Amino acid sequence: MQPDLWELYSLMYKSRLFEQAVKKLWNDGKISGEMHLAIGEEAVAAGIVSHLKEGDAMALDHRGTPQMLMRGVDPVSLLCELLGKPEGLCGGMGGHMHLFSEQHLAASSGIVGSSGPAAVGFALAAQHLRPGAVAVAFFGEGAMNQGMMMESMNLAATWKLPVLFVCKDSKIAITTVSSSVTSGSLFNRAKSFNIPAKEIDGTDVEMIWLAAHKAIDEARRGEGPSFLLAHCSRPEGHFLGDPLIRITKNPLKEMKDMAPALLKSILKPKGAAVRERTESLSSVTSILGQTTKAQFFNFNDPLDMTRKELKSDKNRLEQLEEKIEQEIKQIVINALNGNTDNKKAVT
Amino acid sequence: MKSKTFAQAIDMALAQAMADDPNIIILGEDVQMLRVNLFSRFGRDRVRNTPISESAFVGAAVTAAMAGLKPVVEVMLVDFIGVAMDAILNHAAKVNSFSGGKWQVPLVIRAACGGGYGDGGQHQQSLWGWLAHIPGIMVVVPSNPADAGGLMLTALEHAGPVIYLEHKLLADYWLDYMGIGDRKTVTFDVPPNGARGPVPDKLSPVPPGKAAVRQKGSDISLVGVGVGVHRCLQAAGSLKTKGVAAEVIDLRSVSPLDIKAICESAEKTGRVLVVDEDYREFGLSGECAAVIMEAGIRAKYARVCTNDTIPYSRDLEEKTLPNTERIISAALSLMS
Repeated sequence: MQPDLWELYSLMYKSRLFEQAVKKLWNDGKISGEMHLAIGEEAVAAGIVSHLKEGDAMALDHRGTPQMLMRGVDPVSLLCELLGKPEGLCGGMGGHMHLFSEQHLAASSGIVGSSGPAAVGFALAAQHLRPGAVAVAFFGEGAMNQGMMMESMNLAATWKLPVLFVCKDSKIAITTVSSSVTSGSLFNRAKSFNIPAKEIDGTDVEMIWLAAHKAIDEARRGEGPSFLLAHCSRPEGHFLGDPLIRITKNPLKEMKDMAPALLKSILKPKGAAVRERTESLSSVTSILGQTTKAQFFNFNDPLDMTRKELKSDKNRLEQLEEKIEQEIKQIVINALNGNTDNKKAVT
Repeated sequence: MKSKTFAQAIDMALAQAMADDPNIIILGEDVQMLRVNLFSRFGRDRVRNTPISESAFVGAAVTAAMAGLKPVVEVMLVDFIGVAMDAILNHAAKVNSFSGGKWQVPLVIRAACGGGYGDGGQHQQSLWGWLAHIPGIMVVVPSNPADAGGLMLTALEHAGPVIYLEHKLLADYWLDYMGIGDRKTVTFDVPPNGARGPVPDKLSPVPPGKAAVRQKGSDISLVGVGVGVHRCLQAAGSLKTKGVAAEVIDLRSVSPLDIKAICESAEKTGRVLVVDEDYREFGLSGECAAVIMEAGIRAKYARVCTNDTIPYSRDLEEKTLPNTERIISAALSLMS
């Protein structure tokens, strides 16, 4: 079987525009709290979610809006939820980190690593109640160091549960470079549980679709869990307003507040030796400078890669994009008006 | 005395203590950036970034403390403490008792708490009552910069485990990360005297379990911690215009609880209203009522708390967290 690139591109483009609209609404102050966008992770979401059908479950992390959208949750009620409206998917109770749709067996959590056990439980229920159904856990590489994630892998492997563990590796967890707090390779970690593992370019939706196809097919046949390690970046940072991005984009403005206290502190008597202090300072500048630039600004856009392949049919591509753009505009209008009944007009 | 922010006062207390005691180390997620001033002065061995492995690093901090270090371990938000609860509930809190009082765990667990910026019920809880329920743990909740610094020193000097909670509406950097994010389009009900205030040039510890009377009054006692204290003070201002003289008590620490201060005020006013951002049932508010009854004091009692899971929507959240209107209305009912 081969993936339908048009379908996958359509899912990714819709998700991208949806999240760009979310970004604008957040900037306008219409969405409160933190906002973790999954821009950059669309290929991982599309390549996997497009395989899911009724009875399959998704355990999502704090960055799960695209999966909900791609799984078929009504986009207006999804956006209403992010806007905190009573018409929202969860009546404004959950927000973007706590999206729930029982109909789609989709549950989210803002606790890092919790999608591991959540997927295991969904898979256990599937084994009993819905043979052939699967559960997918989405999480970042930071979650791989949570005990509960490793415990979940062991449990899924021991019980041969139909779980697909999907690790979206951005190499940075908030401000901590993951390699600095992680020993060994994540790929080998999964393999050590006897879980078939695959390392993959998280921007290549075709490869992700194929890998997911194999893993999900095996899980449906009762062959147990799989692990996908997908490398992708998130150019919007950990969340909107990420201080690392702010400082890198506008160092003079941001450092004006930060630098005097830092300088004062580093020059204080009593403390570490000069060499250690210099090391600390260079580690901070490295995070702020090179690391941040590499993480956020050398963005390998998963949409570009697919778009290139579809460009040969320029007319069809333009029409598709135009259609999705109109759709998203209408979703935003309907959501701002709390008009979830109008959803028929947009689908 | 200099005017400082809540966050600056905590940093100052830690710097002061770390300079004097080389055994104090900080560990937790992102602490090299969150505590960048301390990191640059004390180096990577004393300010350690951890992976997102709360059960391991909080558990390790317990025995590190037993073996001579004095760790200040950070779990970012108190909501995330769930992952490390075993280390706290079954280990940090128990070692001293199990060892017949012979072994101490001088550990500080630092976390941000509280809501009021629309981040949902998994990032905005208070949980101090839930934590203080466990014997063997001190739980402190400062309401202003001077206490934020002082109580950090209290925590560091205490021989046993302490949970130190900083409210996100008071600690400006947390509100900036979690609520503002460089936007000018959002507003929050930040208590100005809680977020910034006078701090002594050299901090000293606040006596453990010692409440502070923030305003004297004879008609009703308003009792709270953290941001709740400021909501009480605001309510007291409105009550004054209605001829009601409210006394405002800042408990400062939930455990140990200043029973004497609560009872003295209850005896004087005969009316007690507990304002608690933590959950209503089985928590601080009920405990306050219990200590008053145990002391044999006859007082009218009411409470304004968080009754349910905190909603994400700002409108619903506003109604769920204790607010000044609810406090005034409950106070006036007690007066009638």
